[in-house]
Amino acid sequence: MSPQTFDFLLGWAMTRPMFDLLLRGIWETVVMTGISGALSFVIGLPLALVLVTTDRGGIFQNLWINRSLGGLVNALRSVPFIILLVAVIPLTRLIVGSAIGIAAAIVPLTLAAAPYFARVAEVSLREVDRALIDAARAMGATRATILREVLIPEALPGIVSGFTVTMVTLIGASAMAGAVGAGGLGDIAIRYGYQRFETAVMVAVVVILIVMVSIMQWAGDALARRIDHR
Amino acid sequence: MTTAQAAAAPVVRLENVVRRFSDRPALDDISLTLARGEIVGLIGRSGAGKSTLIRCLNGLDRPQAGRVVIDGTDISTLSEQALNPVRRRIGMIFQHFNLLSAKTVAQNVALPLKIAGVEKAARLRRVMELLDLVGLADKADMYPAQLSGGQKQRIGIARALAPEPLLLLSDEATSALDPETTQSILNLLGDVNRQLGLTILMITHEMEVVRQIAHRVLVLDAGRIVEEGPVARVLASPQTDTTRSLLRGLSPVLPADLAARIAPQGDQALIRVDVYGPAARRPLLAEIEAITGRPARLVHGGLNDVQGEPYGRLFLALGTGDPALVGAVTARLQPETTAIEVLGYVPSDI
Repeated sequence: MSPQTFDFLLGWAMTRPMFDLLLRGIWETVVMTGISGALSFVIGLPLALVLVTTDRGGIFQNLWINRSLGGLVNALRSVPFIILLVAVIPLTRLIVGSAIGIAAAIVPLTLAAAPYFARVAEVSLREVDRALIDAARAMGATRATILREVLIPEALPGIVSGFTVTMVTLIGASAMAGAVGAGGLGDIAIRYGYQRFETAVMVAVVVILIVMVSIMQWAGDALARRIDHR
Repeated sequence: MTTAQAAAAPVVRLENVVRRFSDRPALDDISLTLARGEIVGLIGRSGAGKSTLIRCLNGLDRPQAGRVVIDGTDISTLSEQALNPVRRRIGMIFQHFNLLSAKTVAQNVALPLKIAGVEKAARLRRVMELLDLVGLADKADMYPAQLSGGQKQRIGIARALAPEPLLLLSDEATSALDPETTQSILNLLGDVNRQLGLTILMITHEMEVVRQIAHRVLVLDAGRIVEEGPVARVLASPQTDTTRSLLRGLSPVLPADLAARIAPQGDQALIRVDVYGPAARRPLLAEIEAITGRPARLVHGGLNDVQGEPYGRLFLALGTGDPALVGAVTARLQPETTAIEVLGYVPSDI
C-alpha cells in the first residue's frame, strides 16, 4: 500500500505527520516489549525452574533458596507497575546510564514481567507428571538430563502459552512507559488522544494495539499447538 | 568368583529390608532373592507395600534398615550419583507407561541409551532393533498420544530393554490394559525372558497375571511376605487367607444352590479335592469307584494349568454316604492331593 493510498484512507482523520508519529510509536512499542520480553524469558524460565526444583520433593530440594526466591518474586509482583516504574529509577540509571527513553523503560518492564512469567512457567512445570521424573530417575538420568529431557520439553507447550500471556501483558504495560519518556503507542494515546482531545488518534492507537495483541496471541497459540503432542 | 558362581549369584538379594512411612511400616523385614532368568510374581492388595518394594530395588526409595544387593552391589547406602550406573542396568515398566509426550516413539526408546552415553548412530540402530522386537517399527516417528494402550506398553518395554538390562521391574504393567492386550503383553514379556534370559519381577494385584507368566510367586501383605513358592503349588493350595482372597475368582467355588443343599446327613458325601502336578493327572474318579463300588461324579470345578503344570479344584459326589467308605476314600486320596475335605452330604438326585 502506497503512502498516498494510506493518506487517502485515513485522510479524513489523519495527517501525514500523525501517520509517521504512529509508525514510530509502533516501532518503539515493538522494541520495548520485544527486548523486555526476551529478557523476561531468559530470566524468568531459569527462575521458574529453580522455584520448582528446589521446592519440597524437587530434584534440587533446597527450601532456603526456594522460600527466598519465592519471597522476592512475590515482592516484585505486588508492586503496581506505575510505582515500580519510578521506584527503580536509580537502578535504571545505574544500568543504562539514563532514566528516560526506551532503554530506561526496558529495566522496569523486565523487572515486572520476569517474575510474572516465572510464576506462569512454574505452573506449567509443576503440571509435569511426577511419574515421568521418576521414570527418568529409574533410567539413571542425572538431574541436568531430567531438566533437559523431561521437565522442560514436557512443560514447553504450557510455557509457550504462558510466554504469550506475558507478552500481551507487556504490550499493555509498555503504554505506561511514556511516564519515563519512552514513547510508544500508549504515550501517543495519552498525549494526543487524551490531553489534546484528538479522538481519531486514540481510536487508531487502540485499533493498532488490538491488532498487535491479536497477532501475538495467534502466533503464540499456533506455536503452542505445534509443539503440543499430548 | 568363578564364572559359574557369578552366573548362579542372585540378581537381587534383599536382606531384612525395613521401610517405614511416618509410623506405619510399608516394608517390614523383607528378605528375598531373585535368581538369574527367573520371572517372579509379587502379588498383594493395594497398600501391601508392592510399589515401595519395587522402588527400593532401583533406589527411588531407600530402606531404613536392611540391605538391597543388586548383582553383588549393596545399593541401600549409595549416593544418588553412585546409583545411576546401577539404575542403567535395571529396566522398569509402569502401569501408566510413563512415556514422554514431547518425544517421538523412537526418541522415547532412545532416551535410556542417550543417558548411558551411547553415540547417535548406535542409538538409532538399537532403537530400530527394539521396535522390531516389539512389533512397532512402523510407529517410530509417531508420538505416544497417537498410540493405543497396548502399543504404549510395548514402547515402554522397548525402552526398558534398550540398555540391555540385568533386571526388568514391572509395576502393574498390565493393570490398565484390556484382557486381550494384557495377554499379548504377557506373551511379549515371556518371549523376552526366554530369548534374553532376562530376570523379571512382576508386581501385580491380579493372580491371573502371575498364573500365566511367573515361575515363582511372593505374596505380600501389610509389608510382609506371607507366602512364597512355585506358582502351581501356591495356586493349588494357598496357605494364607491373603492368598486365598487374591485367588478368589480364579479357583472354582461351589454354586450357591448346590452349597445350600449340603446337610450333615444325606444320601451321598460331597468332597472337595485340591490337586496339582502328578496328582492332577490321576484317574481320580476310577480310583474312588474302585473303593466304594459306586460311580463318583464330578459336580463342579475343573483343572487349569500354570506353565504346563496342571492344578485344580474338584467337587465330587461320591455316590455313597457310608461313613466307612467315605473315610476310606479320603484316606486313600489324602497323600496324593494337596487338600481334601468332606463338605457334607447331599441328596442322590443332584
